[in-house]
Amino acid sequence: MAPELPGVQFEPLAGSVAAWRAAVDAQQWLRAGEDIADRGGRLAALWASDDTDRGAGLCVRALLVSFEGLICLELRMPERDASFPDLSQSFPCADRMQRAVHDLCGARALTPDGDAADPRPWLRHGAWPEDIFPLRRNVAASARWPAQPDAYRFVTVEGDGVHEIPVGPVHAGTIEPGHFRFSVVGERVLRLEERLGYTHKGIEKRFEQMSLADAIRLAGRVSGDSTVAYAWAYAMALESISGAQVSERALRLRALLLERERIANHLGDLGYLGNDAGLAFGLAQFSRLKEDVLRLNARLFGHRYLMDRIVPGGVALDVDPAAIAVLLDEADRIEREVRALRAIYDDHAGLQDRFMTCGRLAPDTAVRLGVVGLAARACGIALDARAHPGYAPYTELQPKVITERAGDVAARVNVRFEELFESLRLERRILRHLPAGERVAPLAVAPEGGFGFGWVEGWRGEVFVALEAGAAGTVRRCHPHDPSWQNWPALEHAILGNIVPDFPLINKSFNLSYAGQDL
Amino acid sequence: MHKLLRQIVKVGIRTEAPPQADDSLRQITDRLNQEVLRLLGRALAIRHVDAGSCNGCELEIHALANPYYNIEGLGIRFVASPRHADMLMVTGPVSRNMEQALRRTYEATPEPKLVLAIGDCGCSGGIFGDGYASCGRVASVIPVDVAVPGCPPPPAAIMQGILTAVRAPAQGFR
Repeated sequence: MAPELPGVQFEPLAGSVAAWRAAVDAQQWLRAGEDIADRGGRLAALWASDDTDRGAGLCVRALLVSFEGLICLELRMPERDASFPDLSQSFPCADRMQRAVHDLCGARALTPDGDAADPRPWLRHGAWPEDIFPLRRNVAASARWPAQPDAYRFVTVEGDGVHEIPVGPVHAGTIEPGHFRFSVVGERVLRLEERLGYTHKGIEKRFEQMSLADAIRLAGRVSGDSTVAYAWAYAMALESISGAQVSERALRLRALLLERERIANHLGDLGYLGNDAGLAFGLAQFSRLKEDVLRLNARLFGHRYLMDRIVPGGVALDVDPAAIAVLLDEADRIEREVRALRAIYDDHAGLQDRFMTCGRLAPDTAVRLGVVGLAARACGIALDARAHPGYAPYTELQPKVITERAGDVAARVNVRFEELFESLRLERRILRHLPAGERVAPLAVAPEGGFGFGWVEGWRGEVFVALEAGAAGTVRRCHPHDPSWQNWPALEHAILGNIVPDFPLINKSFNLSYAGQDL
Repeated sequence: MHKLLRQIVKVGIRTEAPPQADDSLRQITDRLNQEVLRLLGRALAIRHVDAGSCNGCELEIHALANPYYNIEGLGIRFVASPRHADMLMVTGPVSRNMEQALRRTYEATPEPKLVLAIGDCGCSGGIFGDGYASCGRVASVIPVDVAVPGCPPPPAAIMQGILTAVRAPAQGFR
């Protein structure tokens, strides 16, 4: 069922997910955004490309999720003073993405009055000048600039007894770099403002120097903890462009890897959440189980985190009956042990006291911010791309969408426990019903200008990859999108009214990716 | 409480023997004398700096604390401030947005400022290489004593890198 918007022509896109694209003008761009927001849709990603080498100016794209599926709006702009209408009134999460579009491509989001929606840079700290846009075609990949002055304007909170606590970019633990500016009275947080972009290393530019076949390795390193989700999303996008038919066996093996990635990450998080609430026992136990999973990954699949195991057209591994037996054994043992540990967590009054009501994200705030993934499900929002719209092989595996209602740390802990059990169930089901089939399907040459999407529910939330093929099997443009774009702003809300010492616990309960959003 | 204690007893001690030092990982030799190394080798404080990694190496640094590797059992601790650190453990290609933060962290670290570069990116820039936003390998920004390749290097390899940095080179002092 094609989406309908007045005056807009939708063109269906081939691939595993229902998706349409449409060229729009500025007015339709704004109207379509409002329309889809009113109908309960959301903004999945927003990015821009430079097509001046084809005489087509710049193009900004908004990827929207509506009931029908994915809708990609494409708005073309002249290169000089490029601008497009600000979508942040309909979708607040558009703000940071629009700022990144300006930093990288030089197209500005404007309010109806013609002012910049938010003129502050987001990814540009000082590595390149204000009037240089690295993703423009005329900027060489090897170009370098001397460090520029960097004066970021944080929003200041004033009043009696208010003071600021700046934290980062180098944090006190083994954490990725980012800056948090707390405005506090006593210990209570009045406001948190995040500044990210520290790990920006120009991945999108790097993609354009790679072949379509090699670039899957880079996609798998956008956010290392979600390497399977990214590699799968990239493969899905490439396969939709080149029309490859991946075997049912390879698809199920991909799902096996994705669920094992979820299991490993949830085990790690459950340990750290116990630890951050003062129960070191939890970390010791869960990190031991996580290590068991990683070691089995290394033994059976050749990599602890399953990097480079998904390849275009299929998978770079297979399982024999002996391996299946070992995996099934492990699944039973992990389930038994986690159930025992959950009983300990559930009965531990001190731990539950720290978890419950801490870092609560209200469901209406979460909807408004467009929160996705695990964090959304912990406030009762049943978003899970594996279930809806669903993609092979999940349409047959029928994963259960786990939700909790409280939206606090306890809810995010419980979602992780339940998802872990569900992933173990899926893993068993995959292993017991593995059809025969080829490991890798041959891939036709991707036609120049071919355009496709990948959409995969990683352990943190949905991962998108938008891919455009260039000449002779090269990447013309690749935009990977991490769920952290949507969820980071939610952390600023979840912390409000809590005390500073609870921030590490609340932050961990979201466990968002810096690298994934900094790109 | 009894469930918790029973679990601890049931699981028992899982810690494995640490790896041996590997001289081939050394980038700089003969910088410190044996006495300093002997002291550091028994109580080492490390400050980790993610200078732009994909967070894969961080997963393995975290794994060092699990019961199998039990890095604290060797007298090695991760500390919250560079001012408390004997060694910086740096991951990632150094992003330009982290270049200054990394330099400042290095300046804030007291001598002997041992530096361990972790992962293919830290060793060579890895898949990200140099570019408008990446300085490439760690050694292009601060001096590196020991470099541990791998994407990501498994915990035992990282541990080997740490131990190499605080052991006298096999030929150096004999």
